[in-house]
Amino acid sequence: MSLGVVFALLGAALAVILAGMGSAYGVGVAGQAASGVVAEDPSQFAKVLILQLLPGTQGIYGLLVAFITLSQIGLLGGSIPAIDIPTGLMILAACLPIGIVGLVSGRHQGKTAVAAIGIVAKKPDQFGKAMLFPAMVETYAILALLISILAVTNIPV
Amino acid sequence: MAVMQMQRFSICALKKDRKAILEELQLLGVVEIDNSVIEDTEMEKMNTAERRQIYEKHASLAEHALSVLQKYVPEKTSMFSSLEGKPLMNKTDFEKIRADRKRLLTTADDLMDLSKRISENAANVAKLENQIESLVPWMNLDIPMNYRGTAETAMILGTMPKPMTVEEIRTEVAKSQPDLEAYDLEVLSADKDLTYLTAVCLKSDAAKLEDALRAAGFARPSQISGKIPSQWKTELEAEIEKLKADSVEAENRIKSYEGSREELKAVSDYYRLRADKYQVLGQIPQTKQTFVISGYIPEVSSSILEEKIARIYDCSVEFEEIGEEEEPPVLLKNNKISRSVEGVLESYGLPHKGEVDPTTVMSVFYIVLFGMMLSDAAYGLLISVACFIALKKFPRMSDSMNKSLHLFGYCGISTFVWGVLFGGYFGDVIDVVARTFFGRTATTSVIPALWFVPLNNPMKLLVFSLGVGVVHLFFGLGLKGYSYLKSKDVAGFICDVVFWYMLLIGLILMLIPSSLFASIAQTQVTFSPFMNTLAKALAIIGALGLLFFAARDKKNIGLRLALGAYELYNITGWLSDVLSYSRLLALGLATGVIASVVNQMGSMFGGGVLGAILFILVFIVGHTLNLGINLLGAYVHTNRLQFVEFFGKFYEGGGKPFEPFKENTKYVEIKED
Repeated sequence: MSLGVVFALLGAALAVILAGMGSAYGVGVAGQAASGVVAEDPSQFAKVLILQLLPGTQGIYGLLVAFITLSQIGLLGGSIPAIDIPTGLMILAACLPIGIVGLVSGRHQGKTAVAAIGIVAKKPDQFGKAMLFPAMVETYAILALLISILAVTNIPV
Repeated sequence: MAVMQMQRFSICALKKDRKAILEELQLLGVVEIDNSVIEDTEMEKMNTAERRQIYEKHASLAEHALSVLQKYVPEKTSMFSSLEGKPLMNKTDFEKIRADRKRLLTTADDLMDLSKRISENAANVAKLENQIESLVPWMNLDIPMNYRGTAETAMILGTMPKPMTVEEIRTEVAKSQPDLEAYDLEVLSADKDLTYLTAVCLKSDAAKLEDALRAAGFARPSQISGKIPSQWKTELEAEIEKLKADSVEAENRIKSYEGSREELKAVSDYYRLRADKYQVLGQIPQTKQTFVISGYIPEVSSSILEEKIARIYDCSVEFEEIGEEEEPPVLLKNNKISRSVEGVLESYGLPHKGEVDPTTVMSVFYIVLFGMMLSDAAYGLLISVACFIALKKFPRMSDSMNKSLHLFGYCGISTFVWGVLFGGYFGDVIDVVARTFFGRTATTSVIPALWFVPLNNPMKLLVFSLGVGVVHLFFGLGLKGYSYLKSKDVAGFICDVVFWYMLLIGLILMLIPSSLFASIAQTQVTFSPFMNTLAKALAIIGALGLLFFAARDKKNIGLRLALGAYELYNITGWLSDVLSYSRLLALGLATGVIASVVNQMGSMFGGGVLGAILFILVFIVGHTLNLGINLLGAYVHTNRLQFVEFFGKFYEGGGKPFEPFKENTKYVEIKED
């Protein structure tokens, strides 16, 4: 068995692990802020829940890249595929954008979501604008996702 | 696609018709009162603040009474109650409520009193229970706690600060009063903190004994009653029972008012309407015999005012154009489909004075972009069916809810169309089911995509997404041009819009035949030499135009060129705006890939009956989750593309919404006969 498949798998794992960590942190802090608002005004539940979920997408993007990677290297077929080391390293590199950017942007989007929840707490009618600020952070996760997907799908296995 | 033309109206009428005219205006609900333009020191305003406060207090009293009722006799509401809207009430029924308002207020008062009684009882019960608690250690005492002793003896009663036996206490006493021996100690009970005891001694020794005990930490109890503790406890318990029974009775009386719930709602609305009316009344300037009302009215509604007020009452109704410096409130008028995005526009801000209403263009792109991001035929069908069923079933829902459901209904249809184009039906569920349960071995799809499968050719979708972005942004620039033309600013139209179009189209035409584009789009496009020259010419003219004319109002040539160069620098803004549309690809892929993950997980259990049951379970949970999260993503990011990229090109917002003086009720809607 070649070491290549190990590198490829490491890439998929990092995409899920790092992006998932970022989202877990982001959703976590936003959830704490959201709980505070709901304790004061339960009618804001739906709005703050949406804001809490916004930093959750990085984890999903990580999953997305990992899944495409696994199906690309043929691991889901049930057997361990033969991949040479350069290809494996290429796949690892392709997975890094969403992993690293997912981690960092997830954390920052979480903090922005906390601030946006603060807007909803004070001015519930400004929800439309509040939602926009965390969505701005997400752009960079989407750009990283795009590069990861394009790279992974275009690496010949 | 239009902002309704507003007019300023003024009604000058006799004071005796004041009430009737105000009520008529409230009923019509087509005018927004604004008396700020009337400047006449001769006229006075009535002080209605006091009356208004009374009515507001009545309205909130009824509301509090309703919340008491809700607490003890919860109203059964269905999951969809927020969709149902306010129930209709006949004018005659509402009149009945009006006639009955005194009785209903008494009912509300009574409900508040009962609720207060229950909470007071609960507080008293807690207090009594505390007393019983403090009596427990004294239960063994069979004389009253304040018993002082007989003619010759004295009784001392109290606690020691730790668990002690009689012997230990005697030792402590002996330490400070060695010769004191003629006394009797009894420990009634002890817990981990205190020892409860009585001591009996000769009256003459009482002071000495107490001092000796105090030296060891003795303290008399804070609460002393003249009753035997066990008897006292029984009495307290009886008291508690009485209070509890009283609360139950109060609760039953509250429950007996259940039938008044609807009436209370109506009466709360009645007082709310009156409070509104008095608020307007307080703003109206008046003389001894006449009064004036002024405000805004949409031009189309002015005939109603003529008909309902001018013809009936002795008054003068005048209409005039909005003044230069006035900023009238904004009311939008759009066709049936476009009006569904008005709510989204409102959350950003209505157009300010003189700005175009972007609703129509926005609605088309909103629906298209939303569909591209979700792009699954089955999801789209589910959403639009759910929305349209809800719309059908609850025709009386609030206006904003109605608009949102329509919007999501249309977005669902668009999602369905994109799903068919990209071949997504719950991801790849049809293929997975065919493979797992029916042993299909072919590698092609059962229902092939009408256009192409994004995952197999992401570059193609990327180019398409960016193309959609360019079209969207060009429409934004076009709307900017439209507003320039509307205000007859041709120079602005050419310098700020046409030059940009020329520059951008030129650059795009130069990009298409390049090798960079070829590697992205995977096809080499070649233009004729004429096209290439045209592209260059367009780009150069556009760039020079912007450089020289972007800051055309500046006299200083150096400053003008510098600002022009800065305007040219905005090309990077265009680039990042267009790249932002790559989220169409990313989010579209996300839906499809997560759906496939769900299907794959479901199929891991293999075929057969058990496999099918597990598959269905995974399918339902997984797809609900995926639909929810991607619906949220599509909603948020469609809004973002509209607000940031599209509006960034031409739109400011900040208009004040039109808030007519109308029957602003909370619970019921009054139907006119």
